[in-house]
Amino acid sequence: MTETATLKIWRGLDIGAGRWETYAVPFESGQTILDGLRWIRINCDPTLAIRFSCINANACKECMIELDGKTVYACTARLQPREMTLAPLSNKKLVRDLVTEIAPPAERFAGS
Amino acid sequence: MILESMRAETDVLVIGSGAAGMYAAIEAAKAGCRVLLVDRSLIGRGGATVMAQMTVAVALGAETPDHWSYHYRDTLVAGRGLCNEPLSQLLCEDGPDCIRTMDDWGVGWARKNGRITQAMAPGHDRPRCVYVDFLNTGPAVSKTLRTVVNKTDGIRKAGDLCIIDLLRSNDGVAGAVALHLSSGAPVIVSAKATIVATGGLTRLYRRNSASTNMGGDGYALALRAGASLVDMEFVQFFPIGHLAPRLVGMDPIMWDPFRYKLGGRLLNNRMEEFTQNYGVAEDGKYVITRDTGSYAIMKEVEAGRGSPHGGVYLSFQHCSEAALREAFGPVIDRLAANNIDLTKTPIEVAPIAHYQMGGIAAGVEMQTALPGLFAAGEAVGGANGANRLSGNAVTEALVFGRRAGRSAALFAKRARHQPDDGGSARRAVELISSSAPQPDLNSAEAIQLLQSTMQDNVGPLRSRAGLSSALRTIERLSGALGDRPPGDGRRFDMQRLDWFDLRNMLLVARVVTEAALVRTETRGAHRREDYPNAADEWENNQYVRIEDGRIVPSKLSAPLAAVP
Repeated sequence: MTETATLKIWRGLDIGAGRWETYAVPFESGQTILDGLRWIRINCDPTLAIRFSCINANACKECMIELDGKTVYACTARLQPREMTLAPLSNKKLVRDLVTEIAPPAERFAGS
Repeated sequence: MILESMRAETDVLVIGSGAAGMYAAIEAAKAGCRVLLVDRSLIGRGGATVMAQMTVAVALGAETPDHWSYHYRDTLVAGRGLCNEPLSQLLCEDGPDCIRTMDDWGVGWARKNGRITQAMAPGHDRPRCVYVDFLNTGPAVSKTLRTVVNKTDGIRKAGDLCIIDLLRSNDGVAGAVALHLSSGAPVIVSAKATIVATGGLTRLYRRNSASTNMGGDGYALALRAGASLVDMEFVQFFPIGHLAPRLVGMDPIMWDPFRYKLGGRLLNNRMEEFTQNYGVAEDGKYVITRDTGSYAIMKEVEAGRGSPHGGVYLSFQHCSEAALREAFGPVIDRLAANNIDLTKTPIEVAPIAHYQMGGIAAGVEMQTALPGLFAAGEAVGGANGANRLSGNAVTEALVFGRRAGRSAALFAKRARHQPDDGGSARRAVELISSSAPQPDLNSAEAIQLLQSTMQDNVGPLRSRAGLSSALRTIERLSGALGDRPPGDGRRFDMQRLDWFDLRNMLLVARVVTEAALVRTETRGAHRREDYPNAADEWENNQYVRIEDGRIVPSKLSAPLAAVP
């Protein structure tokens, strides 16, 4: 029997009006949270928002989220065959789903 | 509904914030221009530069006497007759100065007894590659340039800006239209000069060594605006990309530095060395070039001599724990966290899409066919011909970025803001504002399908049948994509971003595949199983442009814009 990781993910555009969605992801030893999120986008729901560039090298540092209340990089935190709760960073402004505004203010677009 | 556009105006717009884009921004600002440096993700953290593990080739002569002309000679030999020689010369000749400037800026090139260390890499005639320990070249280069960008007056930075199309003026390029990811709104950027520094196209492939934002954006932007691309069939596969066991927190090209420092042995599933059967006896050293290495591995796998996951073995079992620690320090602990002990077992490696030799056709001032449009770094085609030498990519990013920044500044100082051609801004804003439901298309799945097709049919081994099959898949996906993006159009709509990415990726995939179909020979990274030899009549570059909506390949280059 294949094992499953159950990812309970916060979804929404406004912190006061979000919802939790739960996805069952096939578990393979060594896989990461980001692998699971990419699996969900390809197999279940492409609208799930997560910020990442370098995939698994931990070079871009863009994929910070909260896993069971602790800040992690989704690309290096390992998937486990249990329920795991994923939420956007609580100390950053929410953009959508797991994406938050992590750029320094001087690196954000402001029209002219 | 047309979304209200935000606007920005600048002298020089730089698209992409890897090494090429950041260096270009610094130079243009130092020349007195106002610069807007944009990136689709964070500034100076995505792209390919940050992923570079080790080598930067440059004729510094710190290790042994060297001269740029020797580096140039090696680059031309590796390029199998197709290098754009003036571009190759620029790369090799200006390399040392850029590397010393980076040293002054505090990048921290590895040193021994005060002298910069230079490593020997395949295809070079002497030790020529500088690096930052341990496996820290890319992050150090990115961080150094970020710091200089932050200290340079006149550079505004804007992340989360994904350029959708260039803005055409009547005779050239007048800026660009972007999708602002964190709001979903269109942004019209009016610029006197625009530099495309978006890197390559590795994301077109299932197994790739770079960031997810390297989907060939810049090639698609330049093509749609009317510029030419050159040598797009030459995609470099890095032979020994990590395959198994599962390894996270490391870049998959990390075994290259291991081979530089420790040699290592490539073995098939009989635990026998095999590269000698493909003309290169390694003898424990690292001498095989990337094109030959990828070919040899693919052929071993095809013959049933591959490793369990479809690659070959790379063994460092000849090394002691102490030797490994001395060479790679903390990296050994990161490997241990992934349950990898190199003294006990070999790892599995296989070719992985790594670099695009082709790109936007440009001259030594980084000018393109379109006045006001410049290119820099990997986005430029030609300097590396049919096969790139190890270590030339970061050098190229720095040298071409610097040159593009200077040229664009000269151009911008003599130019005025051009009005757009009466349609390109409106069309792009309309596209960004539009929405169509696409119940039959999972955008993320479509990207994965395209990547598989490209990997299997337009990868290191090609044939007419495979290439034709890839074209059919590209055609089908293009049909399913439709002409308007899905989604709610609000902030960070990933499905919508996928759609815009697929729009570029499918165009660029088609160009690579069609160019590969036309080139009926084997040369460098382009291997045709049905045409296994190099053909004299193909010792020629191949250009591609769009005419009346069709992709038109040609052996003749389009004239480039006049330089300031």
